[in-house]
Amino acid sequence: MEPTSLTFRERAAAALEDPVLRTALRRLESGWQQGRARAAAALPEFEALRDAGVAIKDHVLAHLDLYLEIFERRFTEAGGVVHWARDAAEARAIALEICRKAGAKTVTKSKSMVAEEIGLNAFLEANGLRVVETDLGEYIVQLAGEVPSHLVGPAVHMTRERIAELFARHHGGPPKQESAELVAEARRILRERYLEAEVGITGANFLVAETGSIVTVTNEGNAELTQGLPRVHLVITGIEKVVPTVEDAFTLLRLLARSATGQEFSGYTTFLTGPARPDERDGPRKMHLILLDNGRSAMVGGPFREMLRCIRCGACMNHCPVYLAAGGHAYGWVYVGPMGSVLTPQFAGLERTWTLPTASTFCGRCQEVCPVRIPLPKLMRLWREEAHRRHLPPPVARYGLAAWAFLARRPALYRLATRLAIAGLGLLGRRRGRFSRLPLAAGWTASRDLPAPAGVTFHRLWKARRRNHA
Amino acid sequence: MPDQPRVALFVTCLVDLFRPSVGLAAVELLEAAGCRVEVPEPQVCCGQPAFNSGDRATTEAIARQFIPALEPYDFVVAPSGSCAGMLRTHLPELFDSDPAWKARATALAGRCHELVSFLVDVVGFEGLPARLEARATYHDSCSGLRELGIKAQPRKLLAGVAGLELVEMGRPEVCCGFGGTFCVKYPEISTRMVDDKLADAEATGAELLLAGDLGCLLNMAGRAARQGSRLAVRHVAEVLAGKLEEPPIAAPREKG
Amino acid sequence: MSEARSAILARLRAGLARPPRSEAEAAAEVARRLAEPRPGPIPARARVAGAERVALFTRMAESVGAEVRRLPEPSAIRAALLDFLRRHNLPAKIVRAADPLLDAAGLEAEPLLEIRTGVPEEPDPVGLTVALAGIAETGTLLLASAGARPTLLAFLPETSIVVLPTAAVFGSYEEAWAGLRGRPGFPPRSVNLVTGPSRTGDIPPSIELGAHGPRRLLVLLVDQAPAAEA
Repeated sequence: MEPTSLTFRERAAAALEDPVLRTALRRLESGWQQGRARAAAALPEFEALRDAGVAIKDHVLAHLDLYLEIFERRFTEAGGVVHWARDAAEARAIALEICRKAGAKTVTKSKSMVAEEIGLNAFLEANGLRVVETDLGEYIVQLAGEVPSHLVGPAVHMTRERIAELFARHHGGPPKQESAELVAEARRILRERYLEAEVGITGANFLVAETGSIVTVTNEGNAELTQGLPRVHLVITGIEKVVPTVEDAFTLLRLLARSATGQEFSGYTTFLTGPARPDERDGPRKMHLILLDNGRSAMVGGPFREMLRCIRCGACMNHCPVYLAAGGHAYGWVYVGPMGSVLTPQFAGLERTWTLPTASTFCGRCQEVCPVRIPLPKLMRLWREEAHRRHLPPPVARYGLAAWAFLARRPALYRLATRLAIAGLGLLGRRRGRFSRLPLAAGWTASRDLPAPAGVTFHRLWKARRRNHA
Repeated sequence: MPDQPRVALFVTCLVDLFRPSVGLAAVELLEAAGCRVEVPEPQVCCGQPAFNSGDRATTEAIARQFIPALEPYDFVVAPSGSCAGMLRTHLPELFDSDPAWKARATALAGRCHELVSFLVDVVGFEGLPARLEARATYHDSCSGLRELGIKAQPRKLLAGVAGLELVEMGRPEVCCGFGGTFCVKYPEISTRMVDDKLADAEATGAELLLAGDLGCLLNMAGRAARQGSRLAVRHVAEVLAGKLEEPPIAAPREKG
Repeated sequence: MSEARSAILARLRAGLARPPRSEAEAAAEVARRLAEPRPGPIPARARVAGAERVALFTRMAESVGAEVRRLPEPSAIRAALLDFLRRHNLPAKIVRAADPLLDAAGLEAEPLLEIRTGVPEEPDPVGLTVALAGIAETGTLLLASAGARPTLLAFLPETSIVVLPTAAVFGSYEEAWAGLRGRPGFPPRSVNLVTGPSRTGDIPPSIELGAHGPRRLLVLLVDQAPAAEA
């Protein structure tokens, strides 16, 4: 997927005028944001769990090569096949090869952000496969020909009316009115897909080195049907997802649902260790795992290492005033909100995405609610530094900054210049106390008045006071 | 602590240029709290505009300029959570590759404080006998709240202002949309955020909106003025010092 | 070993840049950590025992939409099942696990029930299986796959009924998992932690049950029952 992040401002501005999106985003605020607050308050150990989560992730990242090797060994011993992919293209090719070998015509898929990251659906479809998303939100987005607008709720931007319309168009019959009817209809249609699919693709929330297990988390139970019914189960995930033990997974699982939706625990958490055993009559006959790097290994030893702690809960976006104003699609790529503003430049290239890290007031709420305490504002600032070094922001911003910096580094000149400017502005704005329009300040005065300065700087007043007291 | 601590007032560029009355109020409060206040000359700005624009070289150059001027003081106090946050939390980060300066920056950072939290937490100031008949609401500016933990301190001192009734907003901790250069780079989003903030403030029935950061205050006052809102907007230091001669931010200074 | 694999691992090692002499230490630390899995902070809420623990399990499971019934012994399962099916107006047609606990329930003797043992198929309406453990902390069931206990029993049919020996209710996930370790065939291919029936919030404004997995979940807590085998 080509990023369109450079038009973030324009897309966000359009989103602000979209009443449907406003309603949807307000729902996020009242639902998941308050849900997280309630869940965190209801668990006295929540902060201790966050600290433990950070420690687990940091430990793993410092030994990631070792844990991956151990995980690979155990996963293989359990009968699975591991494939390593350096980048998106390699991962896509491996996935296609597995589907072809399985003789697949239809592939079902449980929500996977890594699959979105590598553009898997479009690639498999271009190669003649039918790919069916089974997470209800993801299915809706697929029918609409859109991309997810949220990490946990891909279709949070949709209304029931729009979904009813989509279902009627794709499934036939008159549009349904009630959510329950729509859910029942999707259930019926997707049942057929599960049963006809030859390959089921899922992501993984965690990989457990101790047991060689993959862990999936859903509320709908779609991952279990996606991997449990077809003959072949293909897991696609990033190399940073490994944790040492099942106990470590439980610590992170205690954080995940509470941070994401405010649930105490998600509906279905499944630990899978290999394909069906000889005495089993259900379960996949083959289990494959693609371990994707795609830039992650370069982050491990660098300044963005902390970002690899992310467990994809979405709390940062649920609490981000910019995300809640702009909506997910404004971000222009797979990962959205604060975590997306840090990851997207890494995965899709800073040249085409440098705007994202600038779209933050650094209010710090994302870091405040992040279950693994990722310093998101700091990481966004690091990208701003990189963009500044590479001269990516437009010249006008650079010159403005340079002019200010020139003065700021010469206090005497600065005092003189500001004294004159402030005296002038103070005089002009004396009567109204504010300006509605001012040259070079259109970004401010388009929607705000600029409060007029008093006309004399503090430093002047202070000098005068010192003279009087002396 | 010395009997009469020597305090350098870091006045901040916005207060210097737009609202000197906040600086004077800060001086008054600090002196009432028993401090000897000085305003060392080479200070211009804490460097945040450059820091948050990714221009580390300029940030560092500005810091090297003011650090020596501030070092001789017992404390450095700024009437702004965001500038104090810059000094307290980010200053040492600038010198990761220069151990000598990093040590100086770290030592200084530990003595830098935001005004109201300094008054309450460091010198145990109980407040001046200020009086203001008003219903007010208080916006928690982000840097002060999340970098410095400023929440209870302003409320504590405001509770001592006779006649002042403080009514909390539904969401006092949500950003007002200022964000430094953010508000001019993304005016549409910023405007939506400040509108939400003003609606929250108005819903309290307050006629006075207070905060401890001039950036946020200029943003909120500027938008309130544009909308013709009846909200008056002021820096919390002005109210605590009882210095209300200056009209509220963005209000007319001369009649007629 | 693939070229991609060596390239990724080499990049990781270059990035981590552990000094050569600490390589052995790092490997030893990892091995230690895996050999002795240590639980993280266990919520105080989970540290309850006896009747209190069963009560917490019941309360938490009910709070996420499961129905919980306490039965004195396996022979009571039959009546409880029939009652549940009747109340929900469900067909008396069940696919079940080949578990000794269910054998002991004597379901096949019930003329009103159509019952089969094995893997469920569409459109089998009711799946009946046995949980290895219950977790009081969040009202969660721990199911484990085995030849006799197809995983799909708890996922494919619209109604899921799970029998759980009261003695197998633990406080935390960690305690329940510790009970699995060391059993033959550990870990089972599929361990499912089930907390309430299937749900979705993807179609606003309400949370709907039965998105893909079961719409209804009945938990039968049986007192006089041995814990199930792995």
